[in-house]
Amino acid sequence: MISQLSWKVGGQQGEGIESTGEIFSMAMNRLGYYLYGYRHFSSRIKGGHTNNKIRVSTKQIRSVSDDLDILVAFDQETIDVNYQELHNNGIIIADAKFKPVNPDDSRAGLYIVPFTEAAAELGTSLMKNMVAVGATCVIMNLPISVFRDVVEEIFGRKGAMVVEKNMEAIQKGYELMTELLGDKAGSLELDQADGKQRMFMIGNDAIALGALAGGARFMPAYPITPASEIMEYLIKKLPAVGGTVIQTEDEIAAATMAIGSNYAGVRALTASAGPGLSLMMEAIGLSGMTEQPLVIVDTQRGGPSTGLPTKQEQSDLMQMIYGTHGEIPKIVLAPSTAEEAFYDTIEAFNLAEEYQCPVIILSDLQLSLGKQTVEPLDHSKINIKRGKLVKNEQELAELESKEYFKRYEVTEDGISPRVLPGTKNGIHHVTGVEHDETGKPSESALNRQMQMDKRMRKLDSVKLSNAIDAANALHEEADLLLVGFNSTRGVLEEALTRLEEEGLKVNHAHVRLLHPFPTGELSPLMEKAKHVAVVEHNATGQLASIIKMNVGMPQKIHSVKKYDGNPFLPHEIHTICKELV
Amino acid sequence: MVTFKDFRNNVKPNWCPGCGDFSVQAAIQRASANVGLIPEELAVISGIGCSGRISGYINSYGFHSIHGRALPLAQGVKMANRELTVIASGGDGDGFAIGLGHTIHAIRRNIDITYIVMDNQIYGLTKGQTSPRSAAGFKTKSTPQGSIEPSLAPMEMALTAGGTFVAQSFSTDLKELTALIEAGLKHKGFSLINVFSPCVTYNKVNTYDWFKENLTKLSDIEGYDPHNREQAMSTLMQHDGLVTGLIYQNTEQPSYQELVTGYKKEALSKQDLGMDQEDFDRLVKEFM
Repeated sequence: MISQLSWKVGGQQGEGIESTGEIFSMAMNRLGYYLYGYRHFSSRIKGGHTNNKIRVSTKQIRSVSDDLDILVAFDQETIDVNYQELHNNGIIIADAKFKPVNPDDSRAGLYIVPFTEAAAELGTSLMKNMVAVGATCVIMNLPISVFRDVVEEIFGRKGAMVVEKNMEAIQKGYELMTELLGDKAGSLELDQADGKQRMFMIGNDAIALGALAGGARFMPAYPITPASEIMEYLIKKLPAVGGTVIQTEDEIAAATMAIGSNYAGVRALTASAGPGLSLMMEAIGLSGMTEQPLVIVDTQRGGPSTGLPTKQEQSDLMQMIYGTHGEIPKIVLAPSTAEEAFYDTIEAFNLAEEYQCPVIILSDLQLSLGKQTVEPLDHSKINIKRGKLVKNEQELAELESKEYFKRYEVTEDGISPRVLPGTKNGIHHVTGVEHDETGKPSESALNRQMQMDKRMRKLDSVKLSNAIDAANALHEEADLLLVGFNSTRGVLEEALTRLEEEGLKVNHAHVRLLHPFPTGELSPLMEKAKHVAVVEHNATGQLASIIKMNVGMPQKIHSVKKYDGNPFLPHEIHTICKELV
Repeated sequence: MVTFKDFRNNVKPNWCPGCGDFSVQAAIQRASANVGLIPEELAVISGIGCSGRISGYINSYGFHSIHGRALPLAQGVKMANRELTVIASGGDGDGFAIGLGHTIHAIRRNIDITYIVMDNQIYGLTKGQTSPRSAAGFKTKSTPQGSIEPSLAPMEMALTAGGTFVAQSFSTDLKELTALIEAGLKHKGFSLINVFSPCVTYNKVNTYDWFKENLTKLSDIEGYDPHNREQAMSTLMQHDGLVTGLIYQNTEQPSYQELVTGYKKEALSKQDLGMDQEDFDRLVKEFM
């Protein structure tokens, strides 16, 4: 019995690879296993190699594993591209249709199963993925009945006949593989899971659900990889609460429409990736200057320009923090798991209204599209805070004729009362031009300084309960401090365990608030460590630079970078860090 | 009773004396009063340029946004609070150069707002460069030899983009302009009103006299039917776009808001943000 395994299915894009992975993982999820799925795909619809690697474990895991136990291949390319990941007891199950060849017998055994032919005999070759699922059951010693619920859910609408045909296909795969595998059957049997029901979702699902629960009712957006799932989820769910999604003509329209909606009192968000965020920069500046709430999700992908649109990268950091002309207050959050993405999204809407400024939810492709197990989300933690929004117009003093409401009143914390258009005695002007307390344009030097100071002062009070997540930083003196943000949490946790097993004292700090930077929280953790490894998916060490700028201690900082488009693997961090210390 | 004076504020416009935009400002104020609005029910969203300043010169809620982006911002306001009357406005550079993409899609989308363009065929605030509305041969600081690009035809463009209310006016004709803005405000859908608003400082060709000489009133054309799109198009082509009045109106096409699934009559901004436990648990369960 083993406590975890990795299973991968691969083939040509558009031939059902995704659904094979989906069926396998849904069944594993319902048995109570923890899962982590990562898709390798290309920027095209049909053709090109794609694979879906799913890790199954009895404990929480949040990274892609170093190696592979089971490879399900629908073409030779899948074997050629992925066989090196297989460990020595690994198993390849391949469709007889393409006459598979094993490049290295010593690494893994190849079992050739007539997926397509068996499926065709049962009625349609489309069911070849079900035959593969059945074959997998034999290796893991799973009864095929664990797939019944899932099959019924997916095919139930097409009738009982289709459900039964698919179950027959699984049964057929089971029988064929039993014959082939002999006494190796059940060689990769997992320890029993706890049977607890948990969520299995991608980060984008969590962000979208967070937006809905956090009171967002409008989303203007333009499609882009890897952000589109957010708008696709919300267009299905918003109508039930009176809201909607508009697919705009471009990202500039998306961001400015969201500003208009927030100005008029509706929580609105937009979501995009690096190229879209580049287009939104002027709008982000407008939100900062006019003190209108705005929530934008940036799902980072490989840049620059069109870059690697379907690959992992974390290179938008500097752009998100500094990317608009002039200087504005701005908050940049960086959730590291789907669960955090959910709660951070709710918090983003609160912060945007409380501080009346743009809030960026920074994600990365691995977090946005990687599918992970999430403990059931907690309704009682949803708390909507609208800051200094004047909700009752009786609170407003009668305006003298032609006088304007002081929407930009200079206050101690820099935050001014906010009224929505439509409110009596609240009329004011809003402009991206420097303005006075009522919003009227002003070039007065004194006013400029007061308004600039007021806006920037707002950030002084930004406090997040876990701006640096230091749950894994328990050593008073550490040989090494691992620092990362977004999706690298899981891989850092695994590297930490391995380094500790070798006798090193290792702390881990995950940065959750990138701007304003939580210097006070990170600094003591860096003090306690002999070395600091800042791990990030970019070529220039953007987070390392930000830490040097805010915290200092440059002599301690080692920049660990990867920018080939693939997620870090635990052994890579482990090896590099061993050399550092 | 609310009159046009209630829509005046105490800010002195920074437009040049004689600028056509003064009349547009007055027409918006009159039309707003005529349709029975009160100042806090109106939001004027403008772009950047001389004309973009207009949102600051009307006693109502106003948002002076960024160059070319008044329309998406205005659509966001209307989606959030459909009880507000929303006017978007700006110049020809704003709407037909940098913001043209938004203009076409706003026309096509048909959200119930009124877009007023102050068209002076020149860039004024940057002190005299060519505009997409400048005629071929027009000499400016950026086209010293004369523009070699043809002028854009916004009214024809609006018709082909599916415009449901397409009108044009001349700033000196305050009566016609006010009536068109009123009709635009009442129109259920997107209304586009292009206003010839001469720049007295930088445009020495398209002057008040020039327009008086060259414009044709549609009301003077016998048998002109503003519900006939084909006639609208041919008339525009015959007159090189130099007509004023209601060019085309489609009262059959429902506005965007009427077509949105689940969109309520009450303003979205007035609806509850919370989600009860039962609904939430159902959503959570979908991921199990």
